[in-house]
Amino acid sequence: MPTHLILLVIQRFALGVLLLLASSVLIFAGTQILPGDVAQAVLGQAATPEAIANLREEMGLNEPAVSRYLSWLLGALQGDFGTALTNGADIGSAIAKRLSNTLFLAFWAALVSVPLAILLGLIAVRFRNRWPDRLISAVSLATISVPEFVIGYLFMFFVAVKLRWVPSVSMLNDSMSLGQKLQSIALPVIVLTFVVLAHMMRMTRATILNVMEAPYIETAELKGLSRFAVISRHALPNAVAPIVNVVMLNLAYLVVGVVVVEVIFVYPGMGQYLVDHVAKRDIPVVQAAGLIFASVYILLNMTADIIGIVANPRLRHPK
Amino acid sequence: MRDSVTHSLVDIRGLKIGATVFAPGEKPRDIEIVHGVDLTLEKGKVLGLIGESGAGKSTIGLSTLAYGRGGIKITGGEIFINGEDILKDSTSDLRNLRGRKVTYVSQSAAASFNPSKRLMDQIVESCLSHGLCSRKDAERRAIRLFEKLGLPEPETFGNRYPHQVSGGQLQRAMTAMALCPEPDLVIFDEPTTALDVTTQIDVLASIKEAIRETGVGAIYITHDLAVVAQVSDHIMVLQHGRMVEYGTTDQIINNPCEDYTRALVSIRSTIHDETPSRGQPVLKLENVSARYRGLNFDVVKNVSVEIHPSQTLAVVGESGSGKSTLARVMTGLLPARDGTITFNGDILPTALEDRSKEQLRELQMIYQMADVAMNPRQTIETIIGRPLEFYFGMKGAEKRARVVELLDEIELGEGFLKRYPAELSGGQKQRVCIARALAAKPRLIICDEVTSALDPLVADGILKLLLNLQEIEQVSYLFITHDIATVRAIADMIAVMYQGNVVRYGAKSKVLSPPFDDYTDLLLSSVPDMRLGWLEDVISTRKMDSAGN
Repeated sequence: MPTHLILLVIQRFALGVLLLLASSVLIFAGTQILPGDVAQAVLGQAATPEAIANLREEMGLNEPAVSRYLSWLLGALQGDFGTALTNGADIGSAIAKRLSNTLFLAFWAALVSVPLAILLGLIAVRFRNRWPDRLISAVSLATISVPEFVIGYLFMFFVAVKLRWVPSVSMLNDSMSLGQKLQSIALPVIVLTFVVLAHMMRMTRATILNVMEAPYIETAELKGLSRFAVISRHALPNAVAPIVNVVMLNLAYLVVGVVVVEVIFVYPGMGQYLVDHVAKRDIPVVQAAGLIFASVYILLNMTADIIGIVANPRLRHPK
Repeated sequence: MRDSVTHSLVDIRGLKIGATVFAPGEKPRDIEIVHGVDLTLEKGKVLGLIGESGAGKSTIGLSTLAYGRGGIKITGGEIFINGEDILKDSTSDLRNLRGRKVTYVSQSAAASFNPSKRLMDQIVESCLSHGLCSRKDAERRAIRLFEKLGLPEPETFGNRYPHQVSGGQLQRAMTAMALCPEPDLVIFDEPTTALDVTTQIDVLASIKEAIRETGVGAIYITHDLAVVAQVSDHIMVLQHGRMVEYGTTDQIINNPCEDYTRALVSIRSTIHDETPSRGQPVLKLENVSARYRGLNFDVVKNVSVEIHPSQTLAVVGESGSGKSTLARVMTGLLPARDGTITFNGDILPTALEDRSKEQLRELQMIYQMADVAMNPRQTIETIIGRPLEFYFGMKGAEKRARVVELLDEIELGEGFLKRYPAELSGGQKQRVCIARALAAKPRLIICDEVTSALDPLVADGILKLLLNLQEIEQVSYLFITHDIATVRAIADMIAVMYQGNVVRYGAKSKVLSPPFDDYTDLLLSSVPDMRLGWLEDVISTRKMDSAGN
């Protein structure tokens, strides 16, 4: 890889780290200005002012915000997110379990939805303005317009309750085999696929149609290549950067935005964990979850940027 | 299999081609572009298709692949390739025709290669997808073609990406791509038009050699009769989708029958007598150097030239020689890094912002692309009236009267006042741009490649107009061009630029007479001559390689 390309990549990476720091400040500041007092929340309404004051002292809440931020950040960098206020459990190990569950779900949803979206996009281009294109567009628009909880409950009703093919609740535990796990998450995977498919499919279609106007597509057509070979061999490689961008945004959504789906299917992932602890005003957990969501988002978008840079032949093979 | 001996390679009968036009605010309507053309081509022969833009030559060329750009459709007639009516072909038959029996070389190879694939992958693609030979054999064929076409390092040339090779090399690579599947017919669609003249000659010579060696039949499309005269056996002249004349190359060049053909043959005949340098120079550049930000070398190096009243200084050179940058330096868009510019005896501030309104008025510009130099939503009256208002504060009837006067001067007339740029032809648009520059009553007009985007006959009209206006308005021109024929037609003084330097400067009669320096010799000898055998003569007597290699 040429040096200026490596420099560009390093630059993107540094920018990502900077962005992450900035979002950690935002998360910390955001949780500080929330109404209510942590000590109050822990001890409940009946607590005496002395007890609250003691607990504040004990928790270090009287320290200045900057030093609390720094010690929180330093801890987080070492994987130490502190302990949950509500049950005193170590947040790091609780999150590790939840995060791996969420990533497991996101991975399978991505594995189904990304290739499917690109394939459908290619088919839509191949049959542009004919019935397959219209059908794909209409169905994907419909699925993106219907809220995911509606789709979720519909599937639950028909597939799980009426047909009894899969369980309606997606429980996971370590003793399950991979096959059992997959059966358990089948419904949320389908619902998530429906949610993210349309974006990626429509972006693929639009980008490739744009590339199809290029003179080199005419060259390919005049070589007598089949229509599909023209699209997949000549148009797709030049449409990679925008497609990767929207794919990454949707992957980020699969991790960060699964809250509703996880709650519907009672799936033990990050989303449910976050919702539970927001309800309980468990600030350290909210902070930790926020930081992890931000990292995932920034990491995926950074990856999209870097792929975009590397996919450009002019940058990869300079004169 | 049909008996191939009895059939011509191409036999086109009564070909009609139409398109659907979607004009904004109107109902889509069908127009006819080609109105019944007949054409035959025997195996191994080369037919030149010549005509101006809109003549239908590319459309006819692409019809032999049963292909139409955009909404273009073949609406009538028959096209036989080796005796097979390709308009009756199924989709799979067409695939078998394209890229195997008939291949295509486009004007802009730079845009016609896929930027994200290596050249070799694209060049052997036809062979592989049609199952003509193994990848190894196809690559061997390609390398042999690279050698034949004079490409550098033929063994490894194919490993490069399109952006890693020059324009002339890409054009040759595209020729290799077209010849690789060993087709019966190659369509060359203006393959050298986008190239510099010294590069064009090499590409032209290698294309001609490749055609001769492979014995392939070819249709060579161009607007330049002198170019097509070098490669073709027969020539067909087209105008507005109809055939005007057809004959052997010798007959068309030496004994044209039709008036239109005669006009095309005699096109480079505008002659202008030199105006001597008199009085104080309008513009004087002394040791001017300039560079773009971020570059560590000068793009214009130590240039000293003068332009006298009512004179035309032609700055001639190839792309990248610094001639347009020189214009930017004069206008102040790119402030000179070193040297002085004197205008009407006063030192001109180098930067645009530091110049007075009067200085701006006296130095006007006309550009190559007339359509992008005008606001498409303004009428011609507004466009030409704007400098009148801005520099002279004219209003109402006075302004309109002056606009009409200017429209008369550019031979368009009052009827154009309320028209929009989109309703004008290319030549008319350029005339409006000239009127707009004249409206400011400048002492000097910088003309940057103003005729390069126009058809030869239209360009000729523009040059004649510019010369007339020079006599009436006593204006000086700085005329930037890559075309020697234009220089001969219009210049009094000439500056030849090469890699940022002025390598030759002086009166036209001196600059264009021997003894020449090597570069000027190369430039002059590379301009196609309207005679048979010119290409062979010039290749054998060259002293210097072209800049494209």
